[in-house]
Amino acid sequence: MAIRPMKASEVAKQVFNKAELFILDVRNEDDFQDWKIEGSNFSYLNIPYFELLDGVDEILEKLPAGKDILVVCAKEGSSIMVADMLSEKGIDVSYLEGGMKAWSEHLEPVKLGNLTDGGELYQFVRLGKGCLSYMAISNGEAAVIDATRMTDIYLKFAESKDAKIKHVFDTHLHADHISGGRLIAEATGAAYWLPPKDAEEVTFAYNRLEDGNEVTIGGTSMNIHSLYSPGHTIGSTSFVIEDSYLLTGDILFIDSIGRPDLAGLAEDWVGDLRESLYNRYKNLSNELIVLPAHFMMIDELNNDGSVAEKLGVLFEKNHGLNIENEAEFRKIVTENLPPQPNAFKEIRETNMGKITPDEVTQREMEIGPNRCAVR
Amino acid sequence: MENINVNQRLDAKGLACPMPIVKTKKAMKELESGHIIEILATDKGSKADLKAWANSSGHQYLGTIEESGVLKHYLRKSSNVETKNENKHPHTISNEELIPLLEKNNQAVVLDVRESAEYAFGHIPGAVSIPMGELEKNCGNLNKEAEIYVICRTGSRSDLAAQMLTKNGFEKVVNVVPGMSEWTGKVEGI
Repeated sequence: MAIRPMKASEVAKQVFNKAELFILDVRNEDDFQDWKIEGSNFSYLNIPYFELLDGVDEILEKLPAGKDILVVCAKEGSSIMVADMLSEKGIDVSYLEGGMKAWSEHLEPVKLGNLTDGGELYQFVRLGKGCLSYMAISNGEAAVIDATRMTDIYLKFAESKDAKIKHVFDTHLHADHISGGRLIAEATGAAYWLPPKDAEEVTFAYNRLEDGNEVTIGGTSMNIHSLYSPGHTIGSTSFVIEDSYLLTGDILFIDSIGRPDLAGLAEDWVGDLRESLYNRYKNLSNELIVLPAHFMMIDELNNDGSVAEKLGVLFEKNHGLNIENEAEFRKIVTENLPPQPNAFKEIRETNMGKITPDEVTQREMEIGPNRCAVR
Repeated sequence: MENINVNQRLDAKGLACPMPIVKTKKAMKELESGHIIEILATDKGSKADLKAWANSSGHQYLGTIEESGVLKHYLRKSSNVETKNENKHPHTISNEELIPLLEKNNQAVVLDVRESAEYAFGHIPGAVSIPMGELEKNCGNLNKEAEIYVICRTGSRSDLAAQMLTKNGFEKVVNVVPGMSEWTGKVEGI
């Protein structure tokens, strides 16, 4: 039987559709434990490829009959080897084209809704890393928010919509992934906005993103309003788009809240985090749809693959918004935090323009799951 | 940098996963037990995978050095001697006893008889390195009056070394058990 390559975009569809898929992950056990393809109805078997060099007989009985089987490795070479061996035994399998590398870099655009005058808002879901970025399009112009380093995807997407990217924003200086914001701005001539309090050490010119800035896209039709909301970083800034959507960056997620420790200043920033979540956001309309920069778990995805929920619902259901006792809040967000993201210091330095690692190194730096939240 | 002697080299540069491990596995079959192989690779993933493969196949992963984009991995083929033989040298000392003794007695000689590659990636500070295979011809350089604590990874090679030194007229020779595999004291190396 022939083996079939499966593209990351096809796997993404399976995740969105909550399809059943059996993943035979042939990376080493540490890598698998650290990070894998998550899906509500996915099941897994992890056997490193180097345990299968002498044959696949041992695992045949562990493979389910009648389910789609996808062999996965880091870059695809080993998964092709194992898939070939299984195929010779008469088992029909696919392998993930480009491996976990491709999975980590895949962005799936999901339309969130229509804006005034034919405008549109899209969320780019990076399933492999839990990153969410955004593009608002109106009247032939576009704004990009919290872009990943896969800049081509945004450029091509804007082109396909006949829109020119005019503004690029980062809600904060990211520590978990490398921002593509500056490169997109350079490629398109767009303005690149950063909160100045996060940008004290950056090596390039930028527009100062401050509380109350108003930016319009496509003439006067779409309005983006910024709201200073520190706590994950001291500069963290949120956006309200057309009084309907609240882009929270890494301050508030669907089922968790931001962590204040990734710049080494948890004690200093915990008060800001509390103020942003419990006062500033509290004063906003409950009808705003929260659009975070990350998700942690596949359960946070809506049925259409989007990650979005009304602010009012989060005030009811998100545990991080319901810790009345301030001392307890302080304890939860500064103690027993999850491990810090892989290479977060180097990622911050890259985003400041202090270092410029090559693409292979950038990929290595971003390996692994997202860890920007406290639950 | 310390000189790392190897018995065999394998060039897997430019090869993507799974090839570095496929080739290593093949080369390992040809290698003599206890011998050291150096694997040159450019695939970054080869480090974690070789380490995990070595652990699961019973070989000893010594370490990796990165030099201008090339990863140099060092592995030692598992040796049957170390798992089967019973130690025969009568004088032994435990790791735990040796640690305070070294702090007090700076005249004591620690003789590390593992391969130079094993020594390079981690040894007791001040330990003298003479691999087991070269000990007989080099033992003349050691002081016969000194207390010599012979150490290897698990206590087997050092047992043979201790017996050999005794035969050659050394009187204060002690075998350290189990040795570096469970050493909790100070270590220096790459």
